[in-house]
Amino acid sequence: MLTLLKKLSPSGRSGGSFPGPGTFVHGVHPPQRKELAADAAIEIVPPPEKVILPLLQHVGGPCTPLVKARQKVAFGEMIGSGETFVSAALHASVGGVIQKMAVTTLPNGRHLQAIVIRSEGEQLCGQALWDQMFGGLWPEKTYQSLEPGKIADAIHAAGIVGLGGAAFPTHVKIMPSDKKPIHTLIVNGCECEPYLTTDYRVMVEAADAVVAGALLAARAVGAKKTYIGIENNKLEAVDALRRKAAGAGVKLAVVKTKYPQGSEKHLIKAVLNFEVPLGGLPADVGVVMTNAATVTAVARSVMRNIPLTHRVISVTGGGVVQPKNLLVPIGITMGDVIRYCGGLRKTAARIIAGGPMMGFAFTNLQTPVTKGTSGITILTREEIRRIDQRACIRCGRCVDVCPMKLVPTKLAAASRLKDLNLARKYNIMACFECGSCAYVCPAGLQLVQHIRMGKTLLAAEMRK
Amino acid sequence: MSPQANSNDQNPVINVAPSPHVFSMGMTIPVMMRDVLIALVPAVGMAVYFFHWYAVKQLSICVLACLGAEAVFTRMRNRPLSLGDLSATVTGLILGLSLPATAPWYVGAISAVVAIGIGKIVFGGLGMNIFNPAMVGRAFVMIAFAGKMAASGYIDPASGIDALSQATPLSAFKQFGATVPLSSLFWGTTNGSIGETSALICLLGGLYLCFRRIAAWQIPAGILVTVAVIGAVANLADLHSQWTVFHHLLGGALFFGAFFIATDPVTSPVTSAGKWIFGIGIGALVMLLRLFSGYPEGVMFAVLLMNALTPLINRWAIPRPFGGV
Ligand code: SF4
Ligand code: SF4
Repeated sequence: MLTLLKKLSPSGRSGGSFPGPGTFVHGVHPPQRKELAADAAIEIVPPPEKVILPLLQHVGGPCTPLVKARQKVAFGEMIGSGETFVSAALHASVGGVIQKMAVTTLPNGRHLQAIVIRSEGEQLCGQALWDQMFGGLWPEKTYQSLEPGKIADAIHAAGIVGLGGAAFPTHVKIMPSDKKPIHTLIVNGCECEPYLTTDYRVMVEAADAVVAGALLAARAVGAKKTYIGIENNKLEAVDALRRKAAGAGVKLAVVKTKYPQGSEKHLIKAVLNFEVPLGGLPADVGVVMTNAATVTAVARSVMRNIPLTHRVISVTGGGVVQPKNLLVPIGITMGDVIRYCGGLRKTAARIIAGGPMMGFAFTNLQTPVTKGTSGITILTREEIRRIDQRACIRCGRCVDVCPMKLVPTKLAAASRLKDLNLARKYNIMACFECGSCAYVCPAGLQLVQHIRMGKTLLAAEMRK
Repeated sequence: MSPQANSNDQNPVINVAPSPHVFSMGMTIPVMMRDVLIALVPAVGMAVYFFHWYAVKQLSICVLACLGAEAVFTRMRNRPLSLGDLSATVTGLILGLSLPATAPWYVGAISAVVAIGIGKIVFGGLGMNIFNPAMVGRAFVMIAFAGKMAASGYIDPASGIDALSQATPLSAFKQFGATVPLSSLFWGTTNGSIGETSALICLLGGLYLCFRRIAAWQIPAGILVTVAVIGAVANLADLHSQWTVFHHLLGGALFFGAFFIATDPVTSPVTSAGKWIFGIGIGALVMLLRLFSGYPEGVMFAVLLMNALTPLINRWAIPRPFGGV
């Protein structure tokens, strides 16, 4: 009964103890709408006719293609190598024949060279694929004696990048450094973006793999403590994880549901009560954070020697016929995925790679799903309704919600006037474009758009 | 390229825009203004109860003149008509409530035109103005028609006698050292500008505004605390001792000004620290003017002065960012 009460209370810390306050100051509460896809079990999408694999799906340098047109490749074969340190290898997500190199445009506007594979022959699919990726046992104990360097090598070879959206190469992130010793690894299971249920489903359906991956990542960075940070709107995932985590020495940190709790800095604040210094990285306070789906890829690469070829995405929103969570090969086109979900509704008005707060809108359905695509959110006209734009009335609402404690109205004004000194004085570079300010602005101002422009201008000036 | 993946014969129209893609629809500028109007209901009701026909006339003139001025001026500047945002109605009501009941009709009308024209439109409309429009209008007539601005039309609701000739409590005290019982200041059974006489009524509406987060609570808090502290010190120093700190708090336009005038978002700072500075500054200036100047009341000038300082306060009160030093 007591546990039930704890579960029901919105601030219930059902996940045991952790030093932080369990939340951060400011932030917003956009409608969650997770119910659209939250209970849809992950479905395995059959291999499409072709996949499009851009050479740059991560932060850093592009990988170098290792294959030529008309060449045959097997499923899982490395087709691009990440030679520079901050890069990631690329693997064939279906077996088949390499086509002519194509140029594709990602939702973020980048034009990229891409390897196209036409699938051919028998493909691993259905339950067999699931078993390989997530199923079965994850006896991480057998790997507890593994050298940290070996773990990093496996991750590097598997081409793993952050699957939460940022797509930073994981082997770089977990690289131990003498200057900045790491004491804590936090697995980010917050998924604070409205609508998206990707990480949620992975945590519910593959809790074992999450815990095993968390332990391996912690071992790689030399962390003594491991937490899984998760919002208290995901109690089913909390239950699934708790069963496995308790015995394994992984602690659950159940934090308050608020946007953007999934931001790295704000989750560290909530769980450990540390503030990552302005312009710094989690490593500056001895923490490494990695996303929940990413650690399952880590476990897979280390324990089963399987590269990153597939990922789970949510296809959700009021504008899609059947919201679903899917296991898809990386490189499948958005159009194929949407078609699998019954297509668009008549009322659909916007298609977003990622969630509605930080995702990128696109129209070209030939765009491929990349390693960093955490979902496709399809919104209706009603869902994207916005306030008529008026002049800023300096009400300070944007100031009251900014999780970085900035002054968005001033940042936007300084950016519009191209007053870069003023923008810098107001710490424009600390803005991570979470969208909270624009979400609440009663004047309907495009604050993030202006700030983004100001950041670009300032970055260009600083490079000079 | 048109989306091909759709199950309907009619293609949905897909558009793109930068993030975020969803917005809170609950709070818009017209909603905020509507909330201010709701918060002003008790003050208007009280004005009509105490000042009868004078209040009705004064308020109607001010509101109508503000709406008219807004319509004409926006037309002249070829801007879309902005009456829908209700801000002119709010300015008109606040202006009307801050004038004495007996001020002749043309005083109300002229102050309204000045409020909208000089207070708002010349700066570029709502959001661009530096000074509180209602206070600009009021300051203008205060100087141009000084004699007509002395409040003299107080109606005692209990006695039924029409216009009583009586000075406001603050000027009565300044001129003849007469004090008024605190209870009259609290309930409003005294003379003054029609909206300001009852501290209780202003507090009611003001708390609603703070609760709805239309008014930043830091501003009235800063004003009231500062006035209380300086008033107490003045009391102890035996300066005008019969006029106690409570008279200072409850008397004059303090509550009305603290909750309805100083909290105009456009002309006050955006950050929390800035709002405190702004409130404390107004409180200090009010007391300075009340204790040492020839004017009996200082709320209007204090607000206008701090309005002028707001851009500076904004630059000065940059909050410490998350993770900053
Ligand atoms: S929320 Fe909008 S209107 Fe209010 S201060 Fe910020 S930018 Fe201006
Ligand atoms: S200024 Fe940047 S960090 Fe702050 S709320 Fe706006 S988008 Fe988020």
